[in-house]
Amino acid sequence: MDSIHDFYEKMESGNIMLSFKGEVTSNLLTSVLQIMETKMENLSEPPKIKKKVYNILVECLQNLYHHMDEDDPDTIVNEKSALFMIKKSDEGEYSIMTGNYIGVENAEIMKSRLDKINEMDRDQLKTYYKEVLNNGEMSAKGGGGLGMIDIARKSGKKLEYNFDPIDDKVSFFSLNIKIAQ
Amino acid sequence: MEELIIEGSPKTPTIKFNPSTGHLLVSGRSIPENSIEFYKPLIDILEAYNENSQANTKVDIQLEYFNTSSSKCILDVFKKLEAINAGSSEVIINWFYEEDDEDMLEAGEDYQAIINVPFKMIEVEE
Repeated sequence: MDSIHDFYEKMESGNIMLSFKGEVTSNLLTSVLQIMETKMENLSEPPKIKKKVYNILVECLQNLYHHMDEDDPDTIVNEKSALFMIKKSDEGEYSIMTGNYIGVENAEIMKSRLDKINEMDRDQLKTYYKEVLNNGEMSAKGGGGLGMIDIARKSGKKLEYNFDPIDDKVSFFSLNIKIAQ
Repeated sequence: MEELIIEGSPKTPTIKFNPSTGHLLVSGRSIPENSIEFYKPLIDILEAYNENSQANTKVDIQLEYFNTSSSKCILDVFKKLEAINAGSSEVIINWFYEEDDEDMLEAGEDYQAIINVPFKMIEVEE
Protein backbone atom coordinates (compact mmCIF):
# COMPACT_ATOMS: atom_id res chain seq x y z
CA MET A 1 0.00 0.00 0.00
CA ASP A 2 3.08 2.23 0.18
CA SER A 3 2.82 3.16 -3.46
CA ILE A 4 -0.50 4.94 -3.06
CA HIS A 5 1.01 7.11 -0.40
CA ASP A 6 4.00 7.74 -2.71
CA PHE A 7 1.59 8.80 -5.42
CA TYR A 8 -0.19 11.14 -3.05
CA GLU A 9 3.06 12.66 -1.82
CA LYS A 10 4.34 13.17 -5.35
CA MET A 11 1.17 14.94 -6.37
CA GLU A 12 1.06 16.96 -3.16
CA SER A 13 4.70 18.11 -3.31
CA GLY A 14 4.41 18.66 -7.07
CA ASN A 15 1.45 21.01 -6.51
CA ILE A 16 -0.74 19.02 -8.87
CA MET A 17 -4.25 20.50 -8.91
CA LEU A 18 -5.72 17.92 -11.22
CA SER A 19 -4.46 14.94 -13.16
CA PHE A 20 -5.99 12.40 -15.48
CA LYS A 21 -4.83 9.41 -17.47
CA GLY A 22 -7.12 7.65 -19.87
CA GLU A 23 -9.41 8.24 -22.78
CA VAL A 24 -10.16 11.90 -23.45
CA THR A 25 -13.81 12.33 -24.37
CA SER A 26 -15.97 15.38 -25.00
CA ASN A 27 -17.86 14.86 -21.72
CA LEU A 28 -14.60 14.54 -19.81
CA LEU A 29 -13.44 17.88 -21.20
CA THR A 30 -16.70 19.54 -20.16
CA SER A 31 -16.28 18.23 -16.60
CA VAL A 32 -12.56 19.05 -16.30
CA LEU A 33 -13.13 22.60 -17.53
CA GLN A 34 -15.92 23.07 -14.99
CA ILE A 35 -13.77 21.69 -12.16
CA MET A 36 -10.83 23.93 -13.06
CA GLU A 37 -13.05 26.97 -13.33
CA THR A 38 -14.46 26.33 -9.85
CA LYS A 39 -10.99 25.70 -8.40
CA MET A 40 -9.65 28.95 -9.80
CA GLU A 41 -12.69 30.82 -8.52
CA ASN A 42 -12.13 29.35 -5.04
CA LEU A 43 -8.49 30.48 -5.21
CA SER A 44 -9.75 33.99 -6.12
CA GLU A 45 -7.45 34.14 -9.14
CA PRO A 46 -7.45 37.47 -10.97
CA PRO A 47 -9.81 37.29 -13.97
CA LYS A 48 -6.89 37.80 -16.33
CA ILE A 49 -5.03 34.69 -15.10
CA LYS A 50 -8.25 32.68 -14.90
CA LYS A 51 -9.08 33.43 -18.52
CA LYS A 52 -5.57 32.71 -19.77
CA VAL A 53 -5.36 29.36 -17.98
CA TYR A 54 -8.87 28.40 -19.12
CA ASN A 55 -8.20 29.31 -22.75
CA ILE A 56 -4.89 27.46 -22.88
CA LEU A 57 -6.41 24.47 -21.10
CA VAL A 58 -9.20 24.29 -23.70
CA GLU A 59 -6.64 24.21 -26.52
CA CYS A 60 -4.36 21.66 -24.82
CA LEU A 61 -7.20 19.29 -23.98
CA GLN A 62 -8.83 19.61 -27.39
CA ASN A 63 -5.47 18.82 -28.99
CA LEU A 64 -5.50 15.56 -27.05
CA TYR A 65 -9.13 14.94 -27.95
CA HIS A 66 -8.55 15.50 -31.68
CA HIS A 67 -5.36 13.49 -31.63
CA MET A 68 -7.31 10.49 -30.33
CA ASP A 69 -9.87 11.05 -32.98
CA GLU A 70 -7.22 10.56 -35.63
CA ASP A 71 -7.04 7.31 -37.45
CA ASP A 72 -3.34 6.78 -37.14
CA PRO A 73 -2.58 3.05 -37.45
CA ASP A 74 0.85 3.45 -35.82
CA THR A 75 -0.60 4.66 -32.58
CA ILE A 76 -3.88 2.76 -32.66
CA VAL A 77 -2.88 0.55 -29.73
CA ASN A 78 -2.15 3.45 -27.41
CA GLU A 79 -4.14 6.24 -28.97
CA LYS A 80 -7.07 5.89 -26.60
CA SER A 81 -4.96 6.88 -23.66
CA ALA A 82 -3.39 10.21 -22.78
CA LEU A 83 -2.20 12.04 -19.71
CA PHE A 84 -2.73 15.57 -18.53
CA MET A 85 -1.86 17.43 -15.35
CA ILE A 86 -2.49 20.94 -14.15
CA LYS A 87 -0.07 22.39 -11.66
CA LYS A 88 0.21 25.62 -9.72
CA SER A 89 3.68 26.25 -8.31
CA ASP A 90 4.37 27.82 -4.91
CA GLU A 91 5.17 31.02 -6.79
CA GLY A 92 1.70 30.90 -8.34
CA GLU A 93 2.74 29.95 -11.86
CA TYR A 94 0.35 27.64 -13.67
CA SER A 95 1.55 24.86 -15.96
CA ILE A 96 -0.40 22.47 -18.10
CA MET A 97 1.33 19.21 -18.97
CA THR A 98 0.12 16.72 -21.54
CA GLY A 99 1.46 13.40 -22.78
CA ASN A 100 0.34 11.14 -25.58
CA TYR A 101 1.63 8.59 -28.07
CA ILE A 102 2.25 9.79 -31.58
CA GLY A 103 3.43 8.10 -34.79
CA VAL A 104 7.08 8.89 -35.61
CA GLU A 105 6.17 10.67 -38.85
CA ASN A 106 3.65 12.89 -37.11
CA ALA A 107 6.23 13.47 -34.38
CA GLU A 108 8.64 14.91 -36.95
CA ILE A 109 5.95 17.23 -38.32
CA MET A 110 4.94 18.30 -34.82
CA LYS A 111 8.55 18.92 -33.79
CA SER A 112 9.24 21.21 -36.75
CA ARG A 113 6.00 23.11 -36.09
CA LEU A 114 6.89 23.61 -32.43
CA ASP A 115 10.45 24.71 -33.32
CA LYS A 116 9.08 27.20 -35.84
CA ILE A 117 6.70 28.65 -33.23
CA ASN A 118 9.40 28.78 -30.54
CA GLU A 119 11.66 30.86 -32.79
CA MET A 120 9.02 33.59 -33.08
CA ASP A 121 8.60 36.64 -30.88
CA ARG A 122 5.23 38.11 -29.88
CA ASP A 123 4.71 40.16 -33.04
CA GLN A 124 5.81 37.35 -35.34
CA LEU A 125 3.35 35.01 -33.62
CA LYS A 126 0.54 37.52 -34.15
CA THR A 127 1.36 37.81 -37.85
CA TYR A 128 1.69 34.04 -38.22
CA TYR A 129 -1.63 33.46 -36.43
CA LYS A 130 -3.46 35.85 -38.76
CA GLU A 131 -1.83 34.25 -41.78
CA VAL A 132 -2.88 30.72 -40.78
CA LEU A 133 -6.33 31.95 -39.71
CA ASN A 134 -6.95 33.66 -43.02
CA ASN A 135 -5.22 31.34 -45.47
CA GLY A 136 -4.83 28.01 -43.71
CA GLU A 137 -6.94 25.07 -44.71
CA MET A 138 -9.47 24.16 -42.07
CA SER A 139 -9.35 20.50 -41.14
CA ALA A 140 -12.59 18.56 -40.89
CA LYS A 141 -12.38 18.99 -37.14
CA GLY A 142 -11.95 22.70 -37.44
CA GLY A 143 -8.51 23.07 -35.90
CA GLY A 144 -6.30 23.77 -38.85
CA GLY A 145 -3.01 24.28 -37.02
CA LEU A 146 -3.98 27.33 -34.99
CA GLY A 147 -3.96 25.64 -31.59
CA MET A 148 -0.23 25.64 -30.86
CA ILE A 149 0.21 29.19 -32.17
CA ASP A 150 -2.61 30.34 -29.92
CA ILE A 151 -1.13 28.52 -26.91
CA ALA A 152 2.26 30.16 -27.54
CA ARG A 153 0.69 33.61 -27.89
CA LYS A 154 -1.46 33.39 -24.80
CA SER A 155 1.09 31.66 -22.54
CA GLY A 156 3.79 34.20 -23.33
CA LYS A 157 6.41 31.45 -22.92
CA LYS A 158 8.28 29.01 -25.13
CA LEU A 159 6.58 25.65 -25.61
CA GLU A 160 8.59 23.00 -23.75
CA TYR A 161 8.35 19.61 -25.38
CA ASN A 162 9.97 16.22 -25.63
CA PHE A 163 9.60 13.16 -27.83
CA ASP A 164 10.62 9.87 -26.20
CA PRO A 165 11.18 7.16 -28.81
CA ILE A 166 9.26 4.01 -27.90
CA ASP A 167 10.02 1.88 -30.97
CA ASP A 168 10.53 2.49 -34.70
CA LYS A 169 6.89 3.50 -35.14
CA VAL A 170 5.81 5.34 -32.04
CA SER A 171 7.08 8.14 -29.79
CA PHE A 172 5.68 9.58 -26.59
CA PHE A 173 5.01 13.29 -26.96
CA SER A 174 5.27 15.41 -23.81
CA LEU A 175 4.28 19.04 -23.72
CA ASN A 176 4.73 21.42 -20.81
CA ILE A 177 3.00 24.77 -21.12
CA LYS A 178 3.98 27.36 -18.55
CA ILE A 179 1.76 30.38 -18.29
CA ALA A 180 3.39 33.77 -17.75
CA GLN A 181 1.83 35.78 -14.94
CA MET B 1 -37.11 34.86 -43.43
CA GLU B 2 -37.50 33.58 -39.94
CA GLU B 3 -35.40 34.64 -37.00
CA LEU B 4 -32.53 32.32 -36.08
CA ILE B 5 -32.30 31.54 -32.38
CA ILE B 6 -29.79 29.08 -30.95
CA GLU B 7 -29.77 28.81 -27.17
CA GLY B 8 -26.37 28.74 -25.48
CA SER B 9 -24.79 25.73 -23.79
CA PRO B 10 -21.62 25.33 -21.64
CA LYS B 11 -19.58 24.96 -24.86
CA THR B 12 -21.57 26.96 -27.41
CA PRO B 13 -22.80 30.55 -27.54
CA THR B 14 -26.27 31.99 -27.79
CA ILE B 15 -26.92 33.12 -31.35
CA LYS B 16 -29.78 35.39 -32.36
CA PHE B 17 -30.22 36.79 -35.83
CA ASN B 18 -33.28 38.75 -36.82
CA PRO B 19 -33.36 39.33 -40.59
CA SER B 20 -36.14 41.91 -40.30
CA THR B 21 -34.11 44.17 -38.01
CA GLY B 22 -30.65 43.20 -39.25
CA HIS B 23 -29.41 42.49 -35.74
CA LEU B 24 -27.02 39.64 -34.97
CA LEU B 25 -25.98 38.69 -31.44
CA VAL B 26 -23.35 36.09 -30.55
CA SER B 27 -22.77 35.82 -26.81
CA GLY B 28 -21.25 33.42 -24.31
CA ARG B 29 -18.64 30.74 -24.88
CA SER B 30 -17.64 29.12 -28.10
CA ILE B 31 -15.46 26.13 -27.30
CA PRO B 32 -17.03 23.12 -29.06
CA GLU B 33 -14.70 20.35 -30.26
CA ASN B 34 -16.27 20.58 -33.69
CA SER B 35 -17.44 24.05 -34.54
CA ILE B 36 -18.15 23.79 -38.28
CA GLU B 37 -21.48 22.07 -37.78
CA PHE B 38 -22.47 24.51 -35.04
CA TYR B 39 -21.89 27.64 -37.13
CA LYS B 40 -23.46 26.28 -40.33
CA PRO B 41 -27.02 27.58 -39.69
CA LEU B 42 -25.67 31.09 -39.08
CA ILE B 43 -23.50 31.03 -42.21
CA ASP B 44 -26.51 29.81 -44.22
CA ILE B 45 -28.93 32.45 -42.95
CA LEU B 46 -26.39 35.25 -43.56
CA GLU B 47 -25.94 34.03 -47.09
CA ALA B 48 -29.72 34.16 -47.66
CA TYR B 49 -30.00 37.52 -45.88
CA ASN B 50 -27.52 39.08 -48.31
CA GLU B 51 -30.16 38.67 -51.06
CA ASN B 52 -32.56 40.90 -49.16
CA SER B 53 -30.69 42.80 -46.45
CA GLN B 54 -31.74 45.77 -44.29
CA ALA B 55 -30.16 49.20 -44.80
CA ASN B 56 -28.18 48.67 -41.59
CA THR B 57 -26.84 45.48 -40.06
CA LYS B 58 -25.65 45.58 -36.47
CA VAL B 59 -23.52 42.80 -35.09
CA ASP B 60 -22.76 42.34 -31.38
CA ILE B 61 -20.03 39.83 -30.53
CA GLN B 62 -19.94 39.27 -26.78
CA LEU B 63 -17.73 36.24 -26.35
CA GLU B 64 -16.22 35.29 -23.03
CA TYR B 65 -14.06 32.50 -24.48
CA PHE B 66 -13.54 31.01 -27.90
CA ASN B 67 -11.28 28.21 -29.06
CA THR B 68 -9.21 28.03 -32.25
CA SER B 69 -11.72 25.64 -33.78
CA SER B 70 -14.31 28.43 -33.50
CA SER B 71 -11.95 31.16 -34.66
CA LYS B 72 -12.02 29.97 -38.27
CA CYS B 73 -15.82 29.73 -38.20
CA ILE B 74 -16.08 33.23 -36.74
CA LEU B 75 -13.87 34.41 -39.60
CA ASP B 76 -16.27 32.73 -42.04
CA VAL B 77 -19.18 34.58 -40.40
CA PHE B 78 -17.26 37.86 -40.75
CA LYS B 79 -16.52 37.09 -44.41
CA LYS B 80 -20.27 36.75 -45.01
CA LEU B 81 -20.75 40.10 -43.24
CA GLU B 82 -18.04 41.58 -45.44
CA ALA B 83 -20.02 40.48 -48.50
CA ILE B 84 -23.21 41.97 -47.00
CA ASN B 85 -21.36 45.22 -46.31
CA ALA B 86 -20.08 45.29 -49.90
CA GLY B 87 -23.70 44.82 -51.01
CA SER B 88 -26.67 46.94 -50.03
CA SER B 89 -26.33 47.03 -46.22
CA GLU B 90 -24.07 49.01 -43.95
CA VAL B 91 -22.56 46.65 -41.42
CA ILE B 92 -21.03 47.48 -38.07
CA ILE B 93 -19.36 44.86 -35.86
CA ASN B 94 -19.28 45.66 -32.14
CA TRP B 95 -16.58 43.54 -30.49
CA PHE B 96 -17.09 43.42 -26.71
CA TYR B 97 -14.26 42.54 -24.34
CA GLU B 98 -13.98 42.63 -20.56
CA GLU B 99 -11.57 45.14 -19.09
CA ASP B 100 -8.10 43.61 -18.60
CA ASP B 101 -8.85 40.90 -21.16
CA GLU B 102 -6.08 41.87 -23.56
CA ASP B 103 -6.25 38.51 -25.33
CA MET B 104 -9.89 39.12 -26.30
CA LEU B 105 -9.16 42.68 -27.44
CA GLU B 106 -6.24 41.44 -29.49
CA ALA B 107 -8.40 38.71 -31.03
CA GLY B 108 -10.86 41.40 -32.14
CA GLU B 109 -8.05 43.46 -33.62
CA ASP B 110 -6.81 40.41 -35.54
CA TYR B 111 -10.23 40.12 -37.22
CA GLN B 112 -10.39 43.85 -37.78
CA ALA B 113 -7.08 43.63 -39.68
CA ILE B 114 -8.41 40.87 -41.95
CA ILE B 115 -12.03 41.89 -42.53
CA ASN B 116 -13.10 44.97 -44.44
CA VAL B 117 -16.03 45.96 -42.20
CA PRO B 118 -16.06 48.75 -39.56
CA PHE B 119 -15.28 47.35 -36.11
CA LYS B 120 -15.93 49.00 -32.79
CA MET B 121 -14.02 47.71 -29.76
CA ILE B 122 -16.19 48.06 -26.66
CA GLU B 123 -14.76 47.56 -23.19
CA VAL B 124 -17.17 46.30 -20.54
CA GLU B 125 -16.78 45.91 -16.81
CA GLU B 126 -16.38 42.41 -15.44
